Amino acid sequence: MTAAAPTTPPGGTLPMHVRLAMLLRCFAIQGVWNYETMLGNGIAFSMEPALRRLPGGRGGDAYRAAMARHSGYFNAHPYLASVAVGALARAELDGVSAAQIERFRVAAPGPLGSVGDRLIWAGWLPFCSAVALLAFGLGLGPTGVVLVFLGTYNTVHVGLRWWGLQAGLTHGLRVAQALGNPVLRQGPAHVARATALVAGVALPVAAQGIIGPGRVVLGSVLAAVAAGATLVTLLHGKIEGWRLATIVLAAFVLYSVVR
Amino acid sequence: MTGDLLLFLPLTVLGAVLALDVVSFPQAMLSRPIVAATLAGAWVGEPLRGLTMGVALEFFALESMPFGASRYPEWGSASVVGGALFALTPDGTAAAMTAAALSALLTASVGGTSMVLLRRLNAYWARQQQARIARGSGSAVVALQLGGLTADLVRGGLLTFIGLAVLVPLHRAIVLSFTMSPTVSRAVVVAAASAVGLAAVWKVVRLTPGARWYLAGGLAVGFGIAAELM
Repeated sequence: MTAAAPTTPPGGTLPMHVRLAMLLRCFAIQGVWNYETMLGNGIAFSMEPALRRLPGGRGGDAYRAAMARHSGYFNAHPYLASVAVGALARAELDGVSAAQIERFRVAAPGPLGSVGDRLIWAGWLPFCSAVALLAFGLGLGPTGVVLVFLGTYNTVHVGLRWWGLQAGLTHGLRVAQALGNPVLRQGPAHVARATALVAGVALPVAAQGIIGPGRVVLGSVLAAVAAGATLVTLLHGKIEGWRLATIVLAAFVLYSVVR
Repeated sequence: MTGDLLLFLPLTVLGAVLALDVVSFPQAMLSRPIVAATLAGAWVGEPLRGLTMGVALEFFALESMPFGASRYPEWGSASVVGGALFALTPDGTAAAMTAAALSALLTASVGGTSMVLLRRLNAYWARQQQARIARGSGSAVVALQLGGLTADLVRGGLLTFIGLAVLVPLHRAIVLSFTMSPTVSRAVVVAAASAVGLAAVWKVVRLTPGARWYLAGGLAVGFGIAAELM
């Protein structure tokens, strides 16, 4: 059954409840992530509340054409995918041609993936982890450490998703200019330096926090950390550190049990 | 046995929800070990022990960020297993941390593999719905998305339950027959975890101009603070 079509607004003036519905869906954008269409279905899923406002409404020809177009292959960083969701929704509501939309869908994944990976996975997440580790090492309790980590991380996480959606809805397919934002261009380098500093402080302090007071094993631990970190760095690309650590811990447990 | 089941069921729910957070929803990093293990520890009445396990696992997790199509360990359910195992063992028990960390790492490895399998299953389901989706069916898109989310939730729950069912008895057996001191047991975990964590940080900062000096300076300050706290 085809629902009655609400008046189609320009993409940039979608009602707040539609924007919030899109934002909420963006949090589940990777719900059916797979090696063939990657984020594709999630993009269509996140845009769907806006597409209901196309002429003909939900189930109309425009709606169906747009849903079919946007459920194909798409890949991007999951947080910055909201930029594409907003831009594509705006383009559909503004009646941009299918060819232009397809060109955007081909061009956008690269920048949206690389900027997000550098800013979040290689920057902000390790930084927030290091802050939480430092908080633990300095004696903050479980509630405090969890709140510091989640609060710090998600301020940027939620902010980035909302900003991305708004930027996309505002600029449409010209959203590339929003990716020129200094925070996105220069942020990763600044975050990497901050991560280096905080992680440098946090690693020994948090390790001491786990071992507890007393210097009995400190020398051995330091030597093992230096040797282990060097080994993991040298073996980069051959075996991951956590797998190597699994083997070491399994061997240690086995030795301790059978000796 | 009934007692174990009563303990496992809420932890299974927690593991399912936190495993869902890893990729599918909402990716708010509730699944990071420092959060997930703390929550598991809190559930069994020992949040500080959960946090301590979470910190050790967080060092390992620094190495494996959820980059797109790459394979990585699944820390959500693994941290629930590790945090609960460590929190369930009395303070000062030799092997408690080593066996719990090893259990978490093994669960994380199996969890990573289960995510790959789920992604293939998602692709299969997407192919099944291809005709409807190509016709622009909104309900097919929504159903596929909700199906994937549900499958991931179930995956995390199963993984946590099986992990606990297999590893709790194994953990008890290891603790009973372990011959090393608690201090050495913790030191081995800390050394392994810190080595992986330091290498991971180095991997992140080595390509940024000047960042290695920030790391060196931070380490100097960190060792100074750690020495004061000893």
